[in-house]
Amino acid sequence: MSDHIVSWKVYVAVFLALGVLTVLTVVAASYDFGRLNLILALGIAITKATLVVLYFMHARYAGGLTGIVIAAAAAFFFILVFLTLSDYTTRSWSLTGY
Amino acid sequence: MSEVSSRPGAAASPGPLQHHFADLKQQKAAASLGMWVFIAQEVLFFGGLFATYTVYRMTYPEAFSAGSQHLSWKIGFFNTLVLIASSLTMAMGVHSAALGRAKRIVAWLLATIFLGSLFLGVKYFEYEEKIAPCFGLGAGPGCLVPGERFDASVLHVAVDMAPQTQIFYSLYFAMTGLHALHMIIGIPIILWIAHAAWRGRYSAEWHTPVEIVGLYWHFVDIIWIFLFPLLYLIGTH
Amino acid sequence: MNQGTEAKAMTPEANTLPKEHYLNAGYGWKSWLLTTDHKRIAILYLVSISVMFVLGGLYAALIRWNLLVPDGSHMSAETYNRVFTAHGVIMIFFFLIPSIPVTLGNFLIPLMIGARDLAFPRINLLSWYVYVIGAAFTLYSLFSGGLDTGWTFYTPYSTVFAQSNVAFAAIGIFIAGFSSILTGLNFIVTIHTMRAPGMTWFRLPLFVWAHYATAIIQILGTPVVAITILLVALERLFHFGFFDPARGGDPILFQHLFWFYSHPAVYIMILPSMGVISELITCFSRKRIFGYSFIAMSSMAIAVIGFLIWAHHMFVSGMSVYSAMIFSALTYLVAIPSAVKVFNWTATMFRGSISWETPMMYVFGFIGLFLIGGLTGLFLGNLGTDVHLTDTYFVVAHFHYIMVGGAIMGYLGGIHFWWPKIFGRTYSEWWGRISAVLIFVGFNMTFLPQFLLGYLGMPRRYHAYPEEFQVLNVLSTAGALILGIGYLFPSLYLVYSMVKGEPAGNNPWGARGLEWETTSPPPAHNFERTPVVEDEAYAYDKAPREAFGV
Repeated sequence: MSDHIVSWKVYVAVFLALGVLTVLTVVAASYDFGRLNLILALGIAITKATLVVLYFMHARYAGGLTGIVIAAAAAFFFILVFLTLSDYTTRSWSLTGY
Repeated sequence: MSEVSSRPGAAASPGPLQHHFADLKQQKAAASLGMWVFIAQEVLFFGGLFATYTVYRMTYPEAFSAGSQHLSWKIGFFNTLVLIASSLTMAMGVHSAALGRAKRIVAWLLATIFLGSLFLGVKYFEYEEKIAPCFGLGAGPGCLVPGERFDASVLHVAVDMAPQTQIFYSLYFAMTGLHALHMIIGIPIILWIAHAAWRGRYSAEWHTPVEIVGLYWHFVDIIWIFLFPLLYLIGTH
Repeated sequence: MNQGTEAKAMTPEANTLPKEHYLNAGYGWKSWLLTTDHKRIAILYLVSISVMFVLGGLYAALIRWNLLVPDGSHMSAETYNRVFTAHGVIMIFFFLIPSIPVTLGNFLIPLMIGARDLAFPRINLLSWYVYVIGAAFTLYSLFSGGLDTGWTFYTPYSTVFAQSNVAFAAIGIFIAGFSSILTGLNFIVTIHTMRAPGMTWFRLPLFVWAHYATAIIQILGTPVVAITILLVALERLFHFGFFDPARGGDPILFQHLFWFYSHPAVYIMILPSMGVISELITCFSRKRIFGYSFIAMSSMAIAVIGFLIWAHHMFVSGMSVYSAMIFSALTYLVAIPSAVKVFNWTATMFRGSISWETPMMYVFGFIGLFLIGGLTGLFLGNLGTDVHLTDTYFVVAHFHYIMVGGAIMGYLGGIHFWWPKIFGRTYSEWWGRISAVLIFVGFNMTFLPQFLLGYLGMPRRYHAYPEEFQVLNVLSTAGALILGIGYLFPSLYLVYSMVKGEPAGNNPWGARGLEWETTSPPPAHNFERTPVVEDEAYAYDKAPREAFGV
């Protein structure tokens, strides 16, 4: 854990970015983009989460170990989702015909 | 005698260093890593819910859209801003701690508590509107708690889709409820840290408790950052 | 045996207990129930999980007693369901999953890496209280209405139809899960931040590597089952609709979430046991372990691959066949790191100076039984043969070979190996060997017939069976009796040794490792001064180092 001290201006900038992105996600939801709506919503949410992790939670200034812990948590969550979805996306596939 | 011999460092250094660590650097590294590992655990704890959400949203997109339309995005939007503001005040609290300004830590932490409580207060009224009709005689219109009294009429959906909207509201209550529970646990801890800061326990050299409660609070914020679009903003508003 | 006398000859003063050690560092119930000493917490856990083991064993005895007769007339079907569920829930959640980590792991990890305690001593104590509260909830459920869902809590039976006390048991297991998470968290942080000078990652004892891998599973797997069990409780108590087919919910989703943890949970049980085996086999072969880094990395590989294969428990559930093919193929991957370990252990014994002390007897038992358990697992991971074998006694026999033949053999081997370190006294070697042989014979007699029964088509979880299966079932019950006696002996001679055993000395086995360089029992703060590590692990080609704690 480094004692890296960031200027308070960085925190305010991150806060403003989070606010703008929140407005953006609401605006995006008011248009019908089809499947793109979900991708936009998740993309914005991931961007916001990354900002919080990197700056508010100081992950950017912490050691590589912190990064490994974050990556491991994300990786295992994706294993859970993707392998579960491997069932749901293929369950209706036919066994006999192509 | 036993007390003394089992804590050889206790008598020598009455400061924040615990007896089983070699120095403060090691103690900080352990505390910080411990909170990150705890957060990894939390990711998978909420992850089970997010996985459930993914499967059902994929399977019943219309029911989820209908359920979501009934939630007020304005309230969700307001609460999102409140929560990211509380993250800012928390980050400023940690910043003050790193600079060794005890009084400012207290002020920022109290601001965080105020914003967190504001969020929970709004959440309370949001819940009440959905839960209150479930009590009393007969199923009141607008009861949105899953179960026998669930009333889908306010959602304006086809009859065969009505049961599936219950799954949306099951997830709504489970996810936001678990999130709120994390805040309810977090607020007294922040208060406790603020109290310790008031008593001058933290300095520029040792303020790890402020840092790790900050990590926890920011993580709770991140969960909400995902919950807001996934619950409040499905379908075109 | 000759190693013991050799060690005594090297340190003639070893025949007395040290004047001050962690066991006499304080007296009275407060000194135990409010302790933050990892060694005392290990003892608290040892007592608690032993109680649960006895209780789970009694339920096992009831199962075998009922299956003596084909018509299952010793108890009703409803009672039988409650008995096998109680056996499974107690043994898995309250004995096997905690077993080695909370006792030997808790006691030894700080000693092995040269630390004064775990990183978070108070969280360590908290984890014990959480365990006890979780156990209390679950036991209350088992004794008030019982639980008849099987340990797997499958929906919608558990959420809608079961007439038993599901909610309390679910809450108990939810709570106990956090005990496991806190233990894993403590281990990961301790291993990362508390290693003594010179204790690099690749000098860590393999026992520590195994616990590191286990802790990863505890941290990343347990929360998923916790939230899943919580959803079952919510559905049961408040009629939420997560897994209710009437509302469009999918019961198979429960199985996905449940097995995402509960398959890796098998590795929570077996990995620490493998860690114990690595320590024992190198000590009693008097030879540095063969392929150290391969064994260390295979533990990590098992921890990761273990998360990719859960749906092989669900092949006949109605899940997608295409997805099942992926899971079946991935299942074979886990055989690779498991086999790497077995090959390295046998290579370690090759041209070693092997001696037959009690702990080593358990090692031999472990390797044979784990081999059978692991290979029969491949039958079940294969999509085709699994359809025939699912929910038969073949499955029961397979997982008992892993969990009892593997995990408990390692646990008992480890307890016998470190007993002189934990309590500072030796036990009767003769009784130790007799018990190890009894357990090995009794175990095989109990579970080998079950492979045959399963192959012939006897389904699990039924209280009655066709008459042609009686001979094999009686054989199995007779074996269980021998197994039970085999377990009884250690509980007697080990307790006896706590009071009357000969003082063991610091290093009765002539073993390498920091835990042997302090006194037996160790002082409350583990080492008089922080040890400095100069050698690779298992330097059996060099003389043991001078003790630090004396």
